[in-house]
Amino acid sequence: MDASELCAFLRSRAEGDLLPLEAQSEAVRRFGRSFAEVEGSALESGLLPLRYRRNRETLSTEEQLRLFRSRVAVIGCGGLGGYVVEEAARVGVGTLVLVDPDVFEEHNLNRQLLSSVDGLGRPKVDAGRERVACINPAVTVVTHRAALSEENGRQLLAGSSAVVDALDSIDTRRALSSICRELEVPLVHGAIAGWYGQVTVQMPGKDLSALLGSGRGKGVEQKLGNPSFTPAAIASLQAAELVKVLLGRGTPLAGRALLVNLLDMEFERLRYE
Amino acid sequence: MVVTVRLFATLQEGRFVEAPRDYALGASVGTIVDDLRIPQDDIGVVFVNGRNAELDRVVSAGDVVSIFPPIGGG
Repeated sequence: MDASELCAFLRSRAEGDLLPLEAQSEAVRRFGRSFAEVEGSALESGLLPLRYRRNRETLSTEEQLRLFRSRVAVIGCGGLGGYVVEEAARVGVGTLVLVDPDVFEEHNLNRQLLSSVDGLGRPKVDAGRERVACINPAVTVVTHRAALSEENGRQLLAGSSAVVDALDSIDTRRALSSICRELEVPLVHGAIAGWYGQVTVQMPGKDLSALLGSGRGKGVEQKLGNPSFTPAAIASLQAAELVKVLLGRGTPLAGRALLVNLLDMEFERLRYE
Repeated sequence: MVVTVRLFATLQEGRFVEAPRDYALGASVGTIVDDLRIPQDDIGVVFVNGRNAELDRVVSAGDVVSIFPPIGGG
């Protein structure tokens, strides 16, 4: 059956311009298409999958299509990355590339959304793939169980609409920033330590490395640890910046860093270059 | 001349959160960092009046110098 038959079917099953999940699933079975293909056809026809109904006062159907066509690389699937993957998948980013070399360990359970008792010892990227499949089957997930490096970074990030920095090493962040500059891909940076965190966006042609300090692989998180709420808070700010960058909406933190102190609830926006 | 110095997170320990500090004319960010005995590796980024600055940046009376530690967790 051809694309017009699929579109006609989707239109016939829509309630107004909202397309229920069951109709998408039926289209997958009936037309032999992937869930992602059905979602793309629906959005291109101006139909909004019902799951996004509460997005629609914030994001138009055209913007939802733009998110669907976006490819976002999430570098690190631990504290920050788990929440970023969750929020990106729920908001409707079409393709997520998950990069992380690690397996879950017991000391991840205090904060990492993708971790679970049953999942200890399993690769973080596998848990990310399964989580996304559970919450939004229209999202295509590509996984790389690897550490990002100068050697593999260009290949891992090629074709990305935007990249999210959810790493746990300052040195690797510096390499990621450099590769994103070279590829001219926007980079949404986040980092955490204890009650503290920071967020910024490196737009093409800019450089965030002034925020990373003078060296060493780790920061004060080695002393302060990471509780549950800091990654959730900072990752949510990153997710908002990600959507803004993908859609060209609002005022992203380009050339400005948001420095977050949850202990005293102080949020500072400072300029850098 | 008096400069307002603000310290963040771990840099406050054994020091202060915010304080007016008296320095000689020509003092730089590096002068302040040395005065407060902050090891260079403990510095993530420094802002003077809300813009990032290097250690050799000369400060003026009334400037606000904010010093943040490096944050690298994820």
